[in-house]
Amino acid sequence: MCLGVPGRIVEITDPANHLAKVDVSGVQRTISVRLLEEMPQTEDWVLVHVGFAMSRIDEAEAMLTLAAMKKLGEFYDSEIEAFDTTAIV
Amino acid sequence: MDFVEDFRDPAAARKLLGAINRLASAGGGDEYFKFMEICGGHTHTIYRHGIEHLLPNNVELVHGPGCPVCVIPMGRIDDATWLAEQPDVIFTCFGDMMRVPGSNGSLLDAKARGADVRFVYSPLDALKIAVDNPDKKVVFFGIGFETTAPSTAVTLVRARELGLSNFSVFCNHVMIIPPIRAILESPDLRLAGFIGPGHTSTVVGIRPYRFVSEVYKTPLVVAGFEPLDLIASVAMLLTQIREGRCEVENQYSRVVPDRGNPAALTLMANVFELRPHFEWRGLGFISQSALKINGNFAEFDAELLFDMPGVRVADPKSCQCGEVLKGVLKPWECKVFGTACTPETPIGTCMVSPEGACAAYYNFGRMHRDAVKLAEPVRA
Ligand code: SF4
Repeated sequence: MCLGVPGRIVEITDPANHLAKVDVSGVQRTISVRLLEEMPQTEDWVLVHVGFAMSRIDEAEAMLTLAAMKKLGEFYDSEIEAFDTTAIV
Repeated sequence: MDFVEDFRDPAAARKLLGAINRLASAGGGDEYFKFMEICGGHTHTIYRHGIEHLLPNNVELVHGPGCPVCVIPMGRIDDATWLAEQPDVIFTCFGDMMRVPGSNGSLLDAKARGADVRFVYSPLDALKIAVDNPDKKVVFFGIGFETTAPSTAVTLVRARELGLSNFSVFCNHVMIIPPIRAILESPDLRLAGFIGPGHTSTVVGIRPYRFVSEVYKTPLVVAGFEPLDLIASVAMLLTQIREGRCEVENQYSRVVPDRGNPAALTLMANVFELRPHFEWRGLGFISQSALKINGNFAEFDAELLFDMPGVRVADPKSCQCGEVLKGVLKPWECKVFGTACTPETPIGTCMVSPEGACAAYYNFGRMHRDAVKLAEPVRA
């Protein structure tokens, strides 16, 4: 129940009532965007939970997170490699 | 970009697991790190992807109280079934709630006895049912943490805008901070850190967790729900420990803004007020831990509109959900796990929702297919 799903805004169908159509992995349905501080625009990514857009998903931030994860891993990865190649016994 | 695929990249996972191995063993042999994931959604991901099998032996994940279905006490379920069986009532709830056992059976049993119980995907769907059935009284079973409470708040505001007089909410919304505090105060468990809930934090933000690091000197990392997110947050917790830091960090910043969602918090403040105390399954009464509908929206409060029994009912004797919810017991350590208590015949709440620790372990924990796939190339 708490697992929100990422969806992409297809159309703002009823701005007065904060309703928009989202596409979640190919399935479209109408949700409320009233919990968002600003009216989203088409193509925006949002997290959809029980029929509401809970939060906008920041694409740039997502890339940064991925990059940070990879960096964290790589730092130790190369260290392991270096460790593996030492000849000290 | 494809969010799901990128955050499931096995190569990145292997590298992070390498990092975790190094960090966990860096202090010599005898350290042991117990991290609690608070949110049931995380528990689900952990079992589904076999993450606990990928971690080094001295890193353990214990499951917390953050599954809203799991923490509903028996008495509230009895009230819900009672409501469902009142004349002219259409009782609406999320699908997960239908099978939660009360002392008089579940909502599904009430439905079998003839009550009009319908499951809805959204509280707005319940509102629609009220619009379409003006001669019925439509009640929505509001449950959940700050993740779902704002949607109930919007629904009530909308009910007022529509001038509905046949719609009400049986409000059981709870808050995430009080049980975290209760767990930190409990002597049973010594935790090296918390994996903070992702979606609840989209609403409350990062600030409310500061007391965890500042007062209780325990690090906390708010995490996303993909396997990589969880593995990365374990690495972040260990990095903090190794660097001698103790902070609240946000691994899920692509969705969780540090300040939360002020619009949602304002809506909640307009509609709800704090209850002096509320009973949590297995955790007992926790003061100021739940929300009720405030006086301004009293005409939509099912607790005021109906004369509910409101009886407190003790959990079944054989049920050890309380210990599981506090992270003291693992699901398989409960005496009835997998025998008397299964997802088909749940005795306790943790076996009902897919986010409950017992159901997640029952469904996925015993098969490690994904784990094996991910783990093969790891050099420990
Ligand atoms: S096995 Fe059933 S009774 Fe035991 S803790 Fe899990 S849900 Fe509760």
